[in-house]
Amino acid sequence: MPTVRVPTPLRKLTDGRPEVTVDGADLREVVTNLEAAHPGFGERLLDQDGRLRRFVNVFVRDEDVRFQAGLDTAIDEDDTVSIVPAVAGGAA
Amino acid sequence: MTSSPTPTATTTPTAPAPPTAPAPPAPGATAPPGRHDLVVNVTGLRCRECGRTEDLGASHVCGWCFGPLEVAYDEEVVAARVSRDRIASGPSTLWRYGDLLPVLRDEPDDRIDLGAGFTPLRPAPRLAAHLGLRELWLKDDTRNPSGSFKDRVVTVALSAARALGIDTIACASTGNLANAVAAHAAAAGMPAYVFIPHDLERGKVVGSAVYGANVVAVDGTYDDVNRLCAEVADRRGWGFVNVNLRAFYAEGSKTIGFEIAEQLGWQLPDHVVGPLASGAMFTKIHRAFGDLQRHGLLDTAELPRMSGAQATGCSPIAEAFERGSLDVRPQRPDTIARSLAIGDPADGYYALQVAEQTGGAIGHVADAEVVAGIRLLARTEGLFAETAGGVTVANLVRFVEQGVVGRDERVVAVVSGNGYKTVEALDGTAGPTHRTTPSLTDFLGMLHD
Ligand SMILES: Cc1ncc(COP(=O)(O)O)c(C=O)c1O
Repeated sequence: MPTVRVPTPLRKLTDGRPEVTVDGADLREVVTNLEAAHPGFGERLLDQDGRLRRFVNVFVRDEDVRFQAGLDTAIDEDDTVSIVPAVAGGAA
Repeated sequence: MTSSPTPTATTTPTAPAPPTAPAPPAPGATAPPGRHDLVVNVTGLRCRECGRTEDLGASHVCGWCFGPLEVAYDEEVVAARVSRDRIASGPSTLWRYGDLLPVLRDEPDDRIDLGAGFTPLRPAPRLAAHLGLRELWLKDDTRNPSGSFKDRVVTVALSAARALGIDTIACASTGNLANAVAAHAAAAGMPAYVFIPHDLERGKVVGSAVYGANVVAVDGTYDDVNRLCAEVADRRGWGFVNVNLRAFYAEGSKTIGFEIAEQLGWQLPDHVVGPLASGAMFTKIHRAFGDLQRHGLLDTAELPRMSGAQATGCSPIAEAFERGSLDVRPQRPDTIARSLAIGDPADGYYALQVAEQTGGAIGHVADAEVVAGIRLLARTEGLFAETAGGVTVANLVRFVEQGVVGRDERVVAVVSGNGYKTVEALDGTAGPTHRTTPSLTDFLGMLHD
């Protein structure tokens, strides 16, 4: 199952765990399954229109999904999905 | 890289007052005697988006909405303390604006201060004439301890880190920040980890390693470095100046704005042009003018127009500006302006708002223009800037041509880093112009050729 890395502000939803595993063939399914396993994720990651929120960046295989297929980015069994708050750093 | 500037080297319309008596005791703001109390003028952190507050700490993301956390000042304490006189009697560093910066401990000795800031604001008559501008000033931030404006943000962030009890300091950097962190950490005796893209300019790599920092070269772009650091910050107790200490770090850039105002005799310019990577500095200069206005420190009412400069090879903010959108689309940087090569700028959204609200613009220029900008600045004003300075000057050239910058405006251009850091950019365009033997005859003969 793919591994999801959870940033500190969301670890309340995972009982403090920094990583969880959930199924999903693409990012959209992973988010849906995350929400099912740990209610609250959906609302925190997606806006009302179902798009990734402005301040949330998601990386699949260490690559920003905005350079891939966004929520349709395909995910393999042994992939890692990183959720990273967008304001983290960014001033160099 | 250069010695820190002295007030006498600063050309300003009003001479800065000489340091006189020590600052008067602060009304109602001193720590109880015998205690090194934390938090002097700050109440905590506050989310810029939803306004929720959090306790002071190494935290940068709103636990609720993921918005950026900012320092929440105790406005009463700030208002009771800050005055032109207290500023004028402060040190010749950015700490003269200590009343307007997050101060967690009131002991000047606790600051990690290498003398950053209070850099010259120089008139630039020859460049102005070349551009057809009436009045142009250069904020010369090449003259900071490690050669860029990043020393400003680092002295503020590291002083806060020390007060918060953080012992290992780190950053994600396009180069200049790494230099500043390494230098300040060395002087503070703190271990440092600086993360940089693996293929940076030599001067920036050496300029970090020489201070004894752990230099982590990452196979990837700055945006990859940044993402890695966000994850590392989440796992280790390190203080990343531009990640979990970002709220404090960002305040340091305000001092460019404070200085411009003070050095113009508490007047503001009409237009400020500066470089954008994340957009943090640009946004904070604008905020600084607002702070001064709110505290009644200015003689002018109108805030300057703010225009931002990017390189075409990394222009996500300029691209959104062109589209008339606040939605910044990330890019994969490819430009010689490595210090500005952030493809996914954290403050791009806010920088766009500032440009739009103030009637400024955000532009971009090709790498060849960046080189031309570096040379133009050096040849007209004797100021050698790194690529970010070339980006700024080249965009200024365009802004004047396009009428974005008016010929009658009083303009300040922010020159944020030193040219000796990026000499590679001039390879093939700046070298010996003559070759001779040691013979006088040969030399004179060659001159006549
Ligand atoms: C010399 C120089 N100027 C300007 C900037 C832009 O700063 P900001 O990320 O705050 O927009 C940087 C950032 O690395 C820099 O190194």
